[in-house]
Amino acid sequence: MFEYAPAPESRSIVDLAPSYGLFIDGEFGEAKDTFKTINPADEEVLAEVALAAPEDVDRAVAAAKRAFKSWSALPGSERAKYLFRIARIIQERSRELAVLESLDNGKPIKESRDTDLPLVAAHFFYYAGWADKLKYAGFGPDPRPLGVAGQVIPWNFPLLMLAWKIAPALATGNTVVLKPAETTPLSALFFADICRQAELPPGVVNIVTGAGDTGRYLVEHPDVNKVAFTGSTEVGRQIARSVAGTGKRLSLELGGKAANIVFDDAPIDQAVEGIVNGIFFNQGHVCCAGSRLLVQESVADEVLSSLKRRMGTLRVGDPLDKNTDIGAINSAAQLARITELSEIGAAEGAERWSPPCDLPDRGFWFAPTIFTGVTQAHRIAREEIFGPVLSVLTFRTPAEAVEKANNTPYGLSAGIWSDKGSRILAVADKLRAGVVWANTFNKFDPTSPFGGYKESGYGREGGRHGLEAYLA
Amino acid sequence: MTATATPRLSGLPDSPADLRTFLHGLPGVDKVGIEARAAALGTRSIKTTSKAQAIDLAIRMVDLTTLEGADTPGKVRALSAKALRPDPADPTCPSVAAVCVYPAMVPTAAAVLAGSGVHLASVATAFPSGQAPLDVKLADTRDAVAGGADEIDMVISRGAFLAGDYGHVFDEIVAVKEAAGPAHLKVILETGELGTYDNVRRASWLAMLAGADFIKTSTGKVSVNATLPITLVMLEAVRDFRERYGRQIGVKPAGGIRTTKDAIKYLVMINETVGDDWLSPDWFRFGASSLLNDLLMQRTKLTTGHYAGPDYFTLD
Repeated sequence: MFEYAPAPESRSIVDLAPSYGLFIDGEFGEAKDTFKTINPADEEVLAEVALAAPEDVDRAVAAAKRAFKSWSALPGSERAKYLFRIARIIQERSRELAVLESLDNGKPIKESRDTDLPLVAAHFFYYAGWADKLKYAGFGPDPRPLGVAGQVIPWNFPLLMLAWKIAPALATGNTVVLKPAETTPLSALFFADICRQAELPPGVVNIVTGAGDTGRYLVEHPDVNKVAFTGSTEVGRQIARSVAGTGKRLSLELGGKAANIVFDDAPIDQAVEGIVNGIFFNQGHVCCAGSRLLVQESVADEVLSSLKRRMGTLRVGDPLDKNTDIGAINSAAQLARITELSEIGAAEGAERWSPPCDLPDRGFWFAPTIFTGVTQAHRIAREEIFGPVLSVLTFRTPAEAVEKANNTPYGLSAGIWSDKGSRILAVADKLRAGVVWANTFNKFDPTSPFGGYKESGYGREGGRHGLEAYLA
Repeated sequence: MTATATPRLSGLPDSPADLRTFLHGLPGVDKVGIEARAAALGTRSIKTTSKAQAIDLAIRMVDLTTLEGADTPGKVRALSAKALRPDPADPTCPSVAAVCVYPAMVPTAAAVLAGSGVHLASVATAFPSGQAPLDVKLADTRDAVAGGADEIDMVISRGAFLAGDYGHVFDEIVAVKEAAGPAHLKVILETGELGTYDNVRRASWLAMLAGADFIKTSTGKVSVNATLPITLVMLEAVRDFRERYGRQIGVKPAGGIRTTKDAIKYLVMINETVGDDWLSPDWFRFGASSLLNDLLMQRTKLTTGHYAGPDYFTLD
């Protein structure tokens, strides 16, 4: 057996302070209360972080409001210079940021290094390019920014979701108060440092760390003109209720239960790779994860045996090891949810399978898992698990595949695997999902709009469409 | 590699039309997907003990090759001596798997290698183009075996394959297999001339169905030789073939593999796709010449902690 010796990425490149304050008006300042952020791979405390109280959020929003006047008055070409500068600093510091992201989030370094960070930089570069071309974006001859954007982001791609929110907001002339997730605040705080390094005017970007209450206070703040949220459908609903009738603009990017549809003429080996990438990428903590595999009955056995063989080679463990494929679950709470739904799946009669794998003793871990014999009536086929758990269903005809794929309250993404181009186009047309991937999965690009149907939210992020959410 | 006669497979397609239906019924290969997978496997980080293990395994898998018009007995003797003791300064360094030469050079190499356990491979069948009448190809093969080769590296008729004349290619392989007798048959697909990954998969299956013991990517004489994704398609083919027919076939990428880093990527790919069973010189070979010195250089670096210059390693 060819065993790989440990190949850990050094964490010495990240210089962590014992504690971090709030980033308001270009300065880091203390807050009354603090909370701890831990490394989910070993439960060690990484740093203490300020817990923003309502008065801190008031100060942040006031700073953003003050900064809006001059920031929005800058020519687009000047704003672009700041964004280009930020993008370049991110590239220069990408190794440091990748290690930091893996420490705080638990994702494997190979993903933070090869996926997250390149996309983060690309997003800033892309929207930097739009800043002086807004008149030609198709939103009227003189589109105007909205004002202060209150943005709340999740823990699954902390820095990437920050980029998705901040880059278009700044390019269009808005200013920002952003609240990172409670369990992953650190990369946003390092980003605050990058803003200073880029000499971004004070108040244009403000970072307030905290938990749900901080986020609620931010989105309900009367001086916030635009709310952007990525996270669970449940919280998204609360936000939609709270901003209803206030005149605030709202975009929501919520949960998903994507169908990954494998037809019998699919390139099987690559489809299996796509299934693995669809559900085990980032420990399955992906809103657009391909968490429902719909496989044509005539190739189901072949696909499943290939899938199991492939899952046997997944390497679960230390997120900082360069050869790790699946890292740690982000938090104890998320691990409990994944565990609970998996137990429900087994209790409801689906057959559970995981490859043999040794999980570390400390930290939060969940082995890659598939459930076969799942039906549309099972909870694991309907509810978002947000973990490395795949539900496998079968279908007989393309029409049945479309029906089952659409039979969900969500509609964020879907995948189609087939060698027949005409079938791909016909099926993609009928799928009620914001993103449909053909013969690939979980591919992202700043030029491509992303967003959902139904309970997966509204508004689009990325591409030209992503500008609309920040323009009047 | 053991030299035994290969029994005919049961359940083979028994007419050219059946063969065509069979080969075109194989699942397709998605170009973007297979290349992404190969590239992802190429990012594995192999260090310290596992690197040392990989280097020794790679040395044992080398088919040390010289296929030049300028080959002379002296050159072939030198190469054969190197195959036996790649690093004269270090007796713990393993021998390579085989020496690979033109048929005319087989007796010369055989004299050096006899009884050593290092195999002697000969290219045959009008290598590298394969554009010769069948009787010439068979005579070429018989000569090589008579001269002492225990492995034959044949080329398929790419022209016939691309013309869709699968029956012709199949029959030729069967005939060469018979002419090779006890020698192991490696079938060179010349993937650089096949154009698509679908064709690589079909040619792999065609060769295996016709009785190949090994499938080999390339002659080393065209512009595109072994690549990771092409080898991955072939590894998937041997894996699926064993599942279906219960017979294991070896794989040999050849041409263009020059560095230890490249060789390790191939070993990682075997490890994570077809698994342990192919991680042996009996089932996987590197057709290469300059690769060996880089492996030796890296091996020395691991033991001594510093790089020695090229003059510290023997010329081929």
